[in-house]
Amino acid sequence: MDFMVFQYPMISVQACLDGVLLGILFALIAYGMALQWGVMNIINIAQGDLVILGGYIAYFMYLYGIHPAWGVIVAPVIMFFVGIAIYKLVINKVVDRDLFISILATFGISILFMQLMNFAFGADVVLANSDYGTTMLFNNNVVLPNSKIFSAFISILFAICLVIYMKKSKLGRAIRATAQNARAAKILGVDTEKVYAATFGINAALCGVAGALISITFTIHPYMGLPYTIRSFMIVIVAGLGNLPGVAMSGMGLGVFEEFADYILGTEFRIGSVFLLLVLILVYRRFKLSRKREYLK
Amino acid sequence: MKLNKIILSFVSALVILFSTSVASFAKVVGDKIILGAAISLTGKYSSNGVHTQNGYNMAVDRINSMGGVKVGGKTYKFDIIYYDDESNPKRAAQLAERLISQDGVEFMLGPYSSGLTKAIAPVTEKYGVPMVEANGASRSLFTKGYKYLFAVLAPANLYLDVAIDLAVEKNNGKPVTVAMAFEQDAFSQDVRLGVLDAIKRTGSKKVIDDKLPKELNDMAATLVKVKQMKPDVLVVSGHTKGALTAIRQISEMKVDVPMLAMTHCDAAKLSKQHGKNSQYALCASQWHKTLTYKDNFFKDGMTYDADFTKEFGYAPPYQAAESSAALLVFKDAFERANSFDQKKVRDALAATNMQTFYGNIKFAEGGQNVDKPMVLFQVMCDDGGKCENKVVAPTKWASAKLIHPIPSWSKR
Repeated sequence: MDFMVFQYPMISVQACLDGVLLGILFALIAYGMALQWGVMNIINIAQGDLVILGGYIAYFMYLYGIHPAWGVIVAPVIMFFVGIAIYKLVINKVVDRDLFISILATFGISILFMQLMNFAFGADVVLANSDYGTTMLFNNNVVLPNSKIFSAFISILFAICLVIYMKKSKLGRAIRATAQNARAAKILGVDTEKVYAATFGINAALCGVAGALISITFTIHPYMGLPYTIRSFMIVIVAGLGNLPGVAMSGMGLGVFEEFADYILGTEFRIGSVFLLLVLILVYRRFKLSRKREYLK
Repeated sequence: MKLNKIILSFVSALVILFSTSVASFAKVVGDKIILGAAISLTGKYSSNGVHTQNGYNMAVDRINSMGGVKVGGKTYKFDIIYYDDESNPKRAAQLAERLISQDGVEFMLGPYSSGLTKAIAPVTEKYGVPMVEANGASRSLFTKGYKYLFAVLAPANLYLDVAIDLAVEKNNGKPVTVAMAFEQDAFSQDVRLGVLDAIKRTGSKKVIDDKLPKELNDMAATLVKVKQMKPDVLVVSGHTKGALTAIRQISEMKVDVPMLAMTHCDAAKLSKQHGKNSQYALCASQWHKTLTYKDNFFKDGMTYDADFTKEFGYAPPYQAAESSAALLVFKDAFERANSFDQKKVRDALAATNMQTFYGNIKFAEGGQNVDKPMVLFQVMCDDGGKCENKVVAPTKWASAKLIHPIPSWSKR
């Protein structure tokens, strides 16, 4: 245990700001997961792998001399079609089945993606340099890489666009209707098959944006997807489905929690603390649910 | 008559069976000495696995084309049976078992990484199969009392202790403060132990001792602490991702530290991926092309570098060079043993005392090479942004003068 973070107030400020910026990025990935979970009742274990694939798109643009920031436009377009392809090949066969079957199917896709990325792009850890520089705050005591600020800004922008799209567009309304009651939507003329495919595509596109941002901010590697899946799962569990402000708050909360865990418990327990929090929240939810059941009795 | 026919068929069947099994169970078939190797050709270690394989192949071709191995007045050539261990220790141990008990291999070459070597060593030890390995540096490999394991590389605990000595030297012999960030894996933790020994020996003080997770891609917390504590040396070891993450975040967060020492800089292609931001980083390396060791097969480091680049299209990282050296050690041992008896070859290996283009090789009781120091190079860039790795320590091998302390980010 190290309480340095509380001894120096500026470290606390740094941890909070780092956590919030990181959390916004997590929230973007989690929002895609929540959308797809709500509409199709599928928990996508391959979420993190789609993120990494998006990261590789930005990385390859960077390799060919294009600024990786353009990846936030190119990666979602490509990933949207990747998402549609995955839906047509696998997901549409498991969409109405038991949740367990879909978890197994997406787990399989996750392993396949890891191996294919490893085969195609190699096992080296890579990154895309944005050269965005640094913002210094509070007399140079708090340092924020501009790449992190850029990531958070782009994540917010995409989230806002998505909310507007879901509210105003025909497809967005169809997606929301399907999430509320798929059968009723079908009876009223919504082509649910198309809605499912579009939802999976939108989720993959969001992962593409997040991946491009991660390649600019951190590093990517074919086997680095799982922690992003776990984090989004965790955020969705806390926030609930179809609740964007909840997802954003829970994402930022998780980001700040991770940063403080990193300082207090040590970096080695960073991911471990997320798992522990997940278990605690699940236990708490179950406890709340069982109390509700008692009232019903 | 019928009985005779049955006996004849039975005997011929036995003869055929016996002859084929002799052929497939021989370590030496015709004029070939068959070595076995489980290498990570897929999975997370595949990049370094390929470097290892290329290093082995380069040495096999070179030794075979320069007269092969002379044993008992006859000339033999090397051949290697490769299997892909998928970067998985369990698979590596199974494949070692298969190489030995099914393919009849009696001499092995090591896999890539300490973890996989740890998985294979008990198997080769059980069957008494001599193994020369070039990519398992973890100290724990050499403290288990293995008799058939020989490593051409320096053990992990020697990777970065030179850096602490260097920092003390630059501080006019006075102790220094050290910040450490090491990944939680066998190799990096051994590097950490070496650094701790050096800290104790020099009377220095550790001010940060962070352990980094396997899925590391953010070490901002450690770096914020470094900014606060202002240590004299920052030591980082977390394979390629550690090196890349450290340089990215140090440059983004403008962390000023007089000395930054790391491992895996060349495997991470640090100067290529980060350009001028990687400047002044000190990197531990088993080998560098400018070292002046010599042998009859590859001549010297510069020639090896040129030949390897010509053949494989990229400059050899030290993982390839040490793998080539493993074959030179085997050749030397076979010729001195003048036999293919495993015990005699093992004894000859234990008595190795030779120089290769990669360095001097002499094995201690535990099997580690004690005659080859680690080198430290520093990334140095010109005004045009072209970066090169130049050896700065030990002084005997230095091709450039250490730049110390590292200029602050505001002056760069």
